[in-house]
Amino acid sequence: MKSVTERKIIQQGFMDRMDEDELLNCMRCGFCLPSCPTYIESGFQELQSPRGRIALMKAVKDGLLEPDEDVERSLSLCLGCRACEPVCPSGVKYGHLLEEARDIIQQNKKQKAPVKTVRNAVFEGLFPHQNRMRTVTSLLGIYQRSGLQKVTRKIGFMKLFPESLATMEKVLPKVPKRKEMNNRPEFLPAEQKRLKRVAFFAGCLMDTMFLETNNGTLKLLQKAGCEIVIPKTQGCCGALHGHSGEKAKAIEMAKLNIEAFEHTNADYIITNAGGCGAFLIDYDHLLMNDPEWYPRAKAFKEKLKDITQILVELDFHKHVSLHLPNQCITYQDSCHLRNVMKTAEAPRLLLQSIDGVQYYEMKDADRCCGSAGIYNIVESEMSMKILDSKMKNVIETNTTTIVTANPGCLLQMKLGIEREGLSDKMRAVHIVDLLIEALND
Amino acid sequence: MISQIVKDRLISIVGIENVDDSKAGRLVYSYDATPQFQSLPDIIVSPRNTQEIAEIVKLCSEFKIPIVPRGSGTNLCAGTCPTEGGLVLLFKHMNQIIDIDEENLTITVQPGIITLDMIHAVEAKGLFYPPDPSSMKISTIGGNINENSGGLRGLKYGVTRDYVLALEVVLPNGDIIRTGGKLAKDVAGYDLTRLFVGSEGTLGIITEATLKLIPMPETKKTMLALFQDIEAAARSVSKIIANRIIPTTLEFLDQPTLIAVEDFANIGLPTNVKAVLLIEQDGSKDVVDKDMEKIATLCLEENAESVEIAKSEEEADALRTARRVALSALARLKPTTILEDATVPRSEIAKMVRSINEIAEKYQLNICTFGHAGDGNLHPTCLTDVRNTEEIERVEQAFAEIFEKAIDLGGTITGEHGVGVMKAPYLEWKLGKEGISAMKAIKTGFDPLNILNPGKVFAKDSRKRVVIST
Ligand SMILES: Cc1cc2nc3c(=O)[nH]c(=O)nc-3n(C[C@H](O)[C@H](O)[C@H](O)COP(=O)(O)OP(=O)(O)OC[C@H]3O[C@@H](n4cnc5c(N)ncnc54)[C@H](O)[C@@H]3O)c2cc1C
Ligand code: SF4
Ligand code: SF4
Repeated sequence: MKSVTERKIIQQGFMDRMDEDELLNCMRCGFCLPSCPTYIESGFQELQSPRGRIALMKAVKDGLLEPDEDVERSLSLCLGCRACEPVCPSGVKYGHLLEEARDIIQQNKKQKAPVKTVRNAVFEGLFPHQNRMRTVTSLLGIYQRSGLQKVTRKIGFMKLFPESLATMEKVLPKVPKRKEMNNRPEFLPAEQKRLKRVAFFAGCLMDTMFLETNNGTLKLLQKAGCEIVIPKTQGCCGALHGHSGEKAKAIEMAKLNIEAFEHTNADYIITNAGGCGAFLIDYDHLLMNDPEWYPRAKAFKEKLKDITQILVELDFHKHVSLHLPNQCITYQDSCHLRNVMKTAEAPRLLLQSIDGVQYYEMKDADRCCGSAGIYNIVESEMSMKILDSKMKNVIETNTTTIVTANPGCLLQMKLGIEREGLSDKMRAVHIVDLLIEALND
Repeated sequence: MISQIVKDRLISIVGIENVDDSKAGRLVYSYDATPQFQSLPDIIVSPRNTQEIAEIVKLCSEFKIPIVPRGSGTNLCAGTCPTEGGLVLLFKHMNQIIDIDEENLTITVQPGIITLDMIHAVEAKGLFYPPDPSSMKISTIGGNINENSGGLRGLKYGVTRDYVLALEVVLPNGDIIRTGGKLAKDVAGYDLTRLFVGSEGTLGIITEATLKLIPMPETKKTMLALFQDIEAAARSVSKIIANRIIPTTLEFLDQPTLIAVEDFANIGLPTNVKAVLLIEQDGSKDVVDKDMEKIATLCLEENAESVEIAKSEEEADALRTARRVALSALARLKPTTILEDATVPRSEIAKMVRSINEIAEKYQLNICTFGHAGDGNLHPTCLTDVRNTEEIERVEQAFAEIFEKAIDLGGTITGEHGVGVMKAPYLEWKLGKEGISAMKAIKTGFDPLNILNPGKVFAKDSRKRVVIST
């Protein structure tokens, strides 16, 4: 139970900080309801719908409702997938409301000691520090390579964790060695003719656990005619912090990144992870109240592009021949890539231009897979419900390859495949990795 | 407040997971899509079948607890706002199709099914269920029946009422009755089926409905006619119908609405014209072609700037979708959007549109207008801000005048959204004192304890009619 004073402080935070206009903007039409995965999977509970969550936030702000456990529960069960935004005719910026509300709750909540330690370790100690990310990831590598993995699996150690986490351990990619993670050049020339100068946003997880995908991205960019700068001083995008109510930390990281990219003189800033991209593109909102940083954030935002967008823009798929052994492919949208970065066409176009590929659109491809940052670990039960519905749709397509465009979704789809016992028939890949495979070098 | 005894008995009827009296749970059922109305219920209950509903109703009459049946809460008359507290009854478990009868052309469903889900199921069999309220992606059949909802296809095909053949209803005393049947002809006694349609949850709880289906029309064409003069658009509507053409759809949007919709939908709607008509015709191919040609000529005669037929089904669909999101898109412009539902005989459309604009000017308000022009059903929509109490006052006066005008033109205070709480003070204008007493007698006959959706339809006080100064 939250103490009375704690609730009062949180309520005051809502009164002071929640954007009244945005809350009033919701005219409660309910158009967002059919798009919301938690509304559907909860058996149509208004409490788990965007309209309901906005009503709760407004009620707390208006003093009609205390920010009690149920309010917090409803907000934490939201995936933050923002599928409710593009369908909202009133244009309610739900994601911004949610982030603010979570920040108010998180910052004013007395955490139990262990939770606090873990949160601190993750949000302060780990993600903002790329070298520490490398260390932790390489520890994972050691664990994987040393045989320890086999041992823990054998003794069922992972059974002590929530099911999703236990399975997750199996599907994590083979991480690269520490040495490989450290040697990133700062500049790469274009192959043949130079069409654009781009700056590459490497990401924290993408540049450690998914280093291969990052290397592939650079290769594709070079082939498409880009010269690439990779600013050394960039860091994690801050999405995980922003979405978990650690706004101050997110702001810090935003500034670091804006600064890092400001002097690259690049036409575009390229990302290859939908989750990061959407957070980066929202930097202007994050820094909205900072007269010095707001214009700089806006300039940063305007240059941002997903890898698939630039490839299509430069007609990569027309200039390069792409070929794969015959296979049926489907694509799972990354919520943030689609709903926030508005990129849905480009990846599909690229996939359909690969020789040998038969592309099948899956039902509700735009619905969240339930990964959502660390949601699949902290809200395992709901996440697995959502994943199970997703896998039903995947299986219906009769395809063998599921393509994604975000590391979280990729792991989640692998988890789905594992849970369905399909790992010998089906695989999940990042679109970049698939394109690399398809290159006829 | 609900006592522990009642709560325990509810739990024994529907199970603990289907009873919620948490504060947050009550809050999210304290509103519907109607602006400015909010009131907390005491408890929310989600029954799984008719029997459970009958038991809940009996319990509620024993303890005189108000029952507010609720579909998706998309109504625009505060019909599901629990103004007197009590129990909100949800149909989320009761959303199944019971049977599609291809021989009798009927479908039987539970009340909680989403309208569009049902339409998809029907169309998968090559059949057609015409009522298509703009909210159909969200609204439930139970809600449609109780509001007697209309839609874009209402002009030619009528409204929900015209498709309800049979109902299963739990009455306020707990009796379960069946009305109507899968019959084309049936004159046995009072037409209770029709009485329940549009009863706004005040006479009984609908637990099952059999709806009429018709064959899918062979083809369909969609057209957009652009006008630089609002009244010319309105005149075209009257003219089309006077020429004995009944299009499936004949929708009107004014410029501010167009701009707002385009801003949301980005489908290339013209935003530089004063008004557009969205026109559709369906049926056999030669009839459709002939009608569309004639309609185009009539519009051009009324100085339409251009008429254009949608080139593909996608384009047509985009246009229909654009019309359907009009209300919510307008909501982008100002914090509060108050939509009304004044309806006049279609020959009076032009006069009504002109009056709305004059009234808006008189009260210095921003009122956009769109609606089912072919049905004479207009939705003047005021963009305002609840926090500006002075302006809200003017909004109320303006709408009172708009209703007044509608009635004077032989129209009504609501064409499809229902009376609920919002229109209740005006109902007497339309019905007269005697009409109200007749309706009250029916209400008391069915629900002597007044437990079913109390406070709706009948107002405590009626409004005085304003005298329009023209
Ligand atoms: C954006 C938007 C567009 C709209 N467009 C249209 C339109 O084009 N045409 C139109 O007619 N309306 C329209 N509406 C209004 C609204 O959608 C309809 O009235 C709809 O039928 C309500 O359905 P619902 O399931 O949300 O019902 P609710 O709003 O939940 O309930 C409506 C009424 O029905 C009663 N009720 C619900 N289920 C039952 C039951 N099983 N037994 C007894 N009583 C019950 C409730 O008590 C209430 O009085 C629109 C609304 C919005 C927000
Ligand atoms: S679609 Fe937008 S306006 Fe409508 S209920 Fe959802 S958030 Fe509110
Ligand atoms: S962000 Fe996703 S889960 Fe959250 S309310 Fe919107 S649609 Fe639902």
